Amino acid sequence: MKPFAKELNRQKWSYIFIGPSFMIFTLFLIIPVFASLYWSFTQYNILQPPKFVGFQNYINILFHDPRFWKAMTNTAIYVAGTVPTSIVISLALAVAIDQNIRFKNWFKTFFFIPSITSIIAISVIWKWLYASGKYGLFNHALSSIGIPPVNWLGIDWTLPSIIIMSVWGGLGYNMILFIAGLQGIPHVFYEAAEVDGASEWDKFRNITLPLLAPTMLFVTIMSIISAFQVFDAVYIMTYSSEGAVGGALDCALTIVAYLYDTGFQRFAMGYASALAYLIFLVLFIVTIVNMRLVEKKIEY
Amino acid sequence: MDMNGIKELERRGAVRVTSKKKQQRTANLLIYIFLIAGSFIMIVPFVWMIATSFKPLDEINTYPPSFFIRKPTIAAYLELFRIIPMGRYFLNSLFATTAITVANIFFCSLAGYAFAKHRFFGRDKLFLLLVGSMMIPWQVNLIPSFVIVKKFGWLNSFYGLIIPAMSGAFGIFLMRQFISNIPDDLIDAAKIDGCTEFTIYRRVILPLIQPALASLAIFTFMAQWNNFVWPLVIIYSSKMRTIPLALSVLNGQFGTNFAMVMAGAVVATAPVLIVFIAFQKYFIKGIALTGLKA
Repeated sequence: MKPFAKELNRQKWSYIFIGPSFMIFTLFLIIPVFASLYWSFTQYNILQPPKFVGFQNYINILFHDPRFWKAMTNTAIYVAGTVPTSIVISLALAVAIDQNIRFKNWFKTFFFIPSITSIIAISVIWKWLYASGKYGLFNHALSSIGIPPVNWLGIDWTLPSIIIMSVWGGLGYNMILFIAGLQGIPHVFYEAAEVDGASEWDKFRNITLPLLAPTMLFVTIMSIISAFQVFDAVYIMTYSSEGAVGGALDCALTIVAYLYDTGFQRFAMGYASALAYLIFLVLFIVTIVNMRLVEKKIEY
Repeated sequence: MDMNGIKELERRGAVRVTSKKKQQRTANLLIYIFLIAGSFIMIVPFVWMIATSFKPLDEINTYPPSFFIRKPTIAAYLELFRIIPMGRYFLNSLFATTAITVANIFFCSLAGYAFAKHRFFGRDKLFLLLVGSMMIPWQVNLIPSFVIVKKFGWLNSFYGLIIPAMSGAFGIFLMRQFISNIPDDLIDAAKIDGCTEFTIYRRVILPLIQPALASLAIFTFMAQWNNFVWPLVIIYSSKMRTIPLALSVLNGQFGTNFAMVMAGAVVATAPVLIVFIAFQKYFIKGIALTGLKA
């Protein structure tokens, strides 16, 4: 039995090493995943024990809840407004910085500064830039080229304003990922293309883009996932003393803001859990679809 | 080929080279204009924040808005620290963030080492579970984590802020990938020398994964310093607020006093900016390596 005892002793250390992490992991991830799955089928307000209601929450959300669909529409607009714009601009920046130019590190630093700043600080700063009337810097800039002032944080413009700010804030991060992707492309491909007399655009279209596909996939999936979960910016930009998140008439209510409002301001924890699982489902589908699309493209 | 022909070729070649050089120069000029204009757009909001924070009240509402400050003053900062306990919030954030970062470095590398180099029952299944869990969006755990923290009586406390964030699937994954590259011979040699498992971790593994630890530390620090939703949900007393929470309250209660709100934004942004500029290289390399987001 001696080797067995020794083996046990050796395995003991392994479990001690993973122990602390797995305690946290179990308590704040595994149990919560199942707890919220169960609660999504209940009515639960924390004070009283959960009451089982079957699929009622899901049915209510999907068929009788205009706020949910408003939030989904706003979120879809936000994702469609931020992700492609950010990818195109940050790819252009990456290609520009990857050329044979000076001050590369300076440019990288400038574009990356918003990515390390908290979204709360950024939102507070932009709220001041967006200030209505003539004192706001943006409105002043517009008026100096003859465009009438915009009510940036009014009902029509709040969501576009948040989109513009988010594109600005997310460029640096995507740019760094694209630069890393570009540097992974072997130089011989470009040299061979030059011998064949390819133009810059040919090279970009036929070498850079196809070979950048894995980076593109990663950036696209990560951007969609994080855009879908936008919350901090919405919270600050639409904050009002009444405490409702999402702005007047829910003009900038996104899905996570709606979840926060449901769970932590109206304490409908069961309903909010069902919302969380719907978010999970959407993000899961987005990831799978994206991966399939790229697989096809790479195979051709 | 006669002499004239070669000269003709040379001439043509020379012409082509100069035109290509010229083309290159125009292209570079356009790239510089694009990047400088872009950098300008990136910096302006921050310059505006700093300028506003040093303006006296009557200059903020002058028209037209200007970056130039006639009478610079630190009145807004003094008011900020007088009206709300900004110093206390700063220490709250610093303490919670540092504790979480240290815990992550320790627990993630410890678990990463076990997953990379130990053989034990259930290892691969547990690791798969860990990696799979990264797919789950945080909204799914938010409500039950809140309820669990409430059951433990950790609402509105450092326990509630720190303990749930002390380890993470991504950190363990990252550590495992790095430690896998360490040759087994080094570990075997240490074993032959009679080192205990913990000594191997401390004397062999830790010194070899310092770059990875640096990346993990920087990103954990940044992410936690800027974390908003979790403190928003579990903190309800004024004195336990973290910096992002304080900024949000400032925005809610004193939103019209822009000099003070901008002073708050400067206090919130400056430490991270300083850390970033000091460790710039690690940051950018770290992201390229791992895809981690601050």
